[in-house]
Amino acid sequence: MMEALEVFKAFDRHRNNAIVCATGTSGKHWRDVSTQEARDINLGGAMGHTASAAFGLALGLPKEKVVLFDAEGSLLMNLGVLASIAGKQPKNFVHFVLDNECYATTGGQPVPNAQNINYAGVAKEIGYAVTYNFDDLESLATSMGEIMSQEGPVFVAVKVIPEIENLPIGLRENRPSRSRKQTITDLREELNIKG
Amino acid sequence: MAEQQALILQPATMIEEFKKNGVTHIITIPDSETNYLYELMLQESWLDVVPVSREGETMGVALGLNVAGKVPVCLIQNTGMMESGDSIRGMALGAGFPLVMVVGYRGWTRRGITPDTAATYTEPFLHAFGLNYYLVEHDEDAPRISTAFEEAKATNKPVVILIGDEYHGFNR
Repeated sequence: MMEALEVFKAFDRHRNNAIVCATGTSGKHWRDVSTQEARDINLGGAMGHTASAAFGLALGLPKEKVVLFDAEGSLLMNLGVLASIAGKQPKNFVHFVLDNECYATTGGQPVPNAQNINYAGVAKEIGYAVTYNFDDLESLATSMGEIMSQEGPVFVAVKVIPEIENLPIGLRENRPSRSRKQTITDLREELNIKG
Repeated sequence: MAEQQALILQPATMIEEFKKNGVTHIITIPDSETNYLYELMLQESWLDVVPVSREGETMGVALGLNVAGKVPVCLIQNTGMMESGDSIRGMALGAGFPLVMVVGYRGWTRRGITPDTAATYTEPFLHAFGLNYYLVEHDEDAPRISTAFEEAKATNKPVVILIGDEYHGFNR
């Protein structure tokens, strides 16, 4: 297992101009690493459907690379999206899943069958073009250039250390961040897309 | 016979309305009522059909496509719409973008009495979410489809077209 922050640092070195969407408890670290805020987008807002929205974005912007940092709890809520993505084979889509084996945001309860799911195996059999599985940072960092140069859809399962939150939501640190609407507006401006 | 034909909603009419309103993508789970429409859509080079696995996905995919400047439509059945409540809330209403959802009205009978609870709960569901809707039963109702697109654009909200033609034109 590795720190999510280190995963993002390893990724950022190979990001180029990719559009990035990060979700889940681990995903919050992305904004500490990203240096291209206008190309970061928040597509969360419904249980498990960030992947669907990122998939739609990739379909709509075939000339841009779209990278999703998903979470395993989120993916399990919408596992059928893997088939939807595989069905359309978006070449520009890279789908990371940061797997901490639990619902970190609700206190760390394990997801169903937490330690025994091979998400990359599921993605491979469902029809993703390329799949990877990593549980150590060195292997991931070494492979990141290759991952980002592959024709998609690419699936990358990464084991990360859970960062469990136990405080009631109202007592948690509330770090200011751009709203979903603002990230959409900023990305459209960046890409010169009329809303 | 001619009179009966006039009461049918032709799938080609739907395609024409989609084209007129600049639709680029149809995100759908095919159902028995829309099979012929599905086949016709696949023949249109200007239209990209995106099959998904569960109706709740359609609103998320639509959001992503909208961000990219495309014009998506969700084509689903009322049963799946009801299963999609959180996606309608979080993706469609929450993000606030123009979205037309074409929803097959399973169980619709025009007589107010139906044995199918899918129909019983359809309009109360739409009212609960504050979604405006237009019933389309035959070709003469087609202008309501354009009305729905115009309203979605003006309000940045989802607008629903209920297809109440389960037993006629959408099947061969």
